[in-house]
Amino acid sequence: MLRKIIQTKEGLFSAIVLGILVLTALLGPILYPYHPYEINVEKILQAPSLKHPLGTDLLGRDLLSRMIYGARISLQVSVVAVGISLIIGIFLGAIAGYLGSWVDQTISRFIDIMLCFPTIFLILAVIAYLEPSILTIMIVIGLTSWMSVARLVRAEFLSLKEREFVLSAKIYGASTFRIIFKHILPNALPPILVSASLGMGHAILIESALSFLGIGVQPPTPSWGNLLIEGKETMEIAWWLSVFPGLAILITVLAFILLGETLQEILNPRKR
Amino acid sequence: MLVYLIRRLFILLITLWGITVISFGMLHLAPGGPLSPLTEFNPKMTPEFREKLVKMYGLDKPIHIQYWNWLKGIVKLDFGRSFSLDQRPVWDKIKERLPITLLINTLALILILLISIPLGVLSAIKAGTKTDQVLTFFTFFGYAMPSFWLALLLMMVFGVKLQILPISGLHSVVGYEQMSGWEKFIDWVKHLLCPLFVATFGGIAGFSRYLRNSLVEVLHADYIVYARAKGLPERVVIFKHALRNALLPMITLLGLSLPGLIGGSVIFETIFGIPGLGQLMWQAVMSRDYPVIMANLILVSFLTLLGNFLADLGYALADPRIRLGEKK
Repeated sequence: MLRKIIQTKEGLFSAIVLGILVLTALLGPILYPYHPYEINVEKILQAPSLKHPLGTDLLGRDLLSRMIYGARISLQVSVVAVGISLIIGIFLGAIAGYLGSWVDQTISRFIDIMLCFPTIFLILAVIAYLEPSILTIMIVIGLTSWMSVARLVRAEFLSLKEREFVLSAKIYGASTFRIIFKHILPNALPPILVSASLGMGHAILIESALSFLGIGVQPPTPSWGNLLIEGKETMEIAWWLSVFPGLAILITVLAFILLGETLQEILNPRKR
Repeated sequence: MLVYLIRRLFILLITLWGITVISFGMLHLAPGGPLSPLTEFNPKMTPEFREKLVKMYGLDKPIHIQYWNWLKGIVKLDFGRSFSLDQRPVWDKIKERLPITLLINTLALILILLISIPLGVLSAIKAGTKTDQVLTFFTFFGYAMPSFWLALLLMMVFGVKLQILPISGLHSVVGYEQMSGWEKFIDWVKHLLCPLFVATFGGIAGFSRYLRNSLVEVLHADYIVYARAKGLPERVVIFKHALRNALLPMITLLGLSLPGLIGGSVIFETIFGIPGLGQLMWQAVMSRDYPVIMANLILVSFLTLLGNFLADLGYALADPRIRLGEKK
């Protein structure tokens, strides 16, 4: 599978970017000499140089070390958020598609209702009641982004449940639960994988936007989004603080989107 | 068509009801209850005063009665009073901001259509070529671009470096009153350029990509082959036969893109300091002004629902297959 992914230009790009990202998030803090919280008053707002490749911020902290730490946060948030949305989306989509009738009606209506709330407004409304923290953000993003997964899984189940292997499973007496999760679900995985990849990009975008608006990850914990707050305050004198964190977000999200696109092409050759 | 309309209206009502239930539920699931921002950390809060507040907001009644009273208020656009110091009615606050947000989003939507339709057509005609690849890359770029960062870059380049555009507010603060009508207009336009760019940018990608795929599919249809075989010029085939059919699904997309557009308002209005609904929402969240948050949430979801409903109707009007196919 990985070999197929890196055979396309887009796939290769996303594999490289995401590979580097995961490695930096895991190993960066060990290998890189500067600490993200280390304040150094003698090095305030230094432009990028050999010693500090991406420059330093208002408190003399090294920007690259803060971005490496931010990569951890972004990946952590998006993995958990997408995990939550997949669990809810697959469960609701599967039972709606397989059971049909009033279960399907109820769940489909519920999805329609949830889709009427603009995501950002819904997330803001929920966050207003809770203390902003990394945990809150992950859960809230997960709870507000399962609808597209549910729709997709439902559509897959609608067509898969008519297939013969489901009938044969029924004949030898498999339970409904077993048919849904053991027999049909594995066959519905390809589109779920695509949507998970797109979901990762989406979650990173939302997390960084919320952090930038001051209601996501709270300073001093660095996240790509809240690093840009400082960038905004100092944009007249320190361009690097506004440019690099945003670039990191853009490239990472692009990689996830292109990965999703590549997966789509590999797993679903009909669409080509 | 009538059956279709009644069916859609019925679904609309159910969804409407669902929105109010979820919003109401959220308000009451808040830790410490809906009054917590007023009572917490307030040294003057005595148990007696708290009880008075509970009575005033009707929180001592059973939950379904509370919901019913709340619903009756909403129908009359009575969303209660803001928790902020001015304690103004929530609807008054929203009323003065709604037109600004609607104006910017309508303009953005028009721009998105004006730009993405030609781009989508170009990409579809040239499917598989270098032009198509470049446009496709641009599309992914548009999807991945964080809008708040784009706003930040625009501010940095046009506001700080080149100093040709203002970076905050809806109009100049100094000297605005002395301007003539035309100068005021130019001043507005200058202030709106950056926010409009941000609001439009993300949408172009989605729309042009969607139109491209839809048009590529249509171009393979039998009636297009027939039109070409008939010897019609390519221009007529594409713009008269293919594009019309390819544009149909765009009506639905228009409805579906509303939540994204309105949601985007929060981001660019906050960054550019535009006094619209999005900024109000952000301010309300920062100060935990629950009545304003709830009213905003309900209002934008009603707007989305209405947009979707109109899009569905439009689609049914434009495509007989939908309204006649409903019977089976």
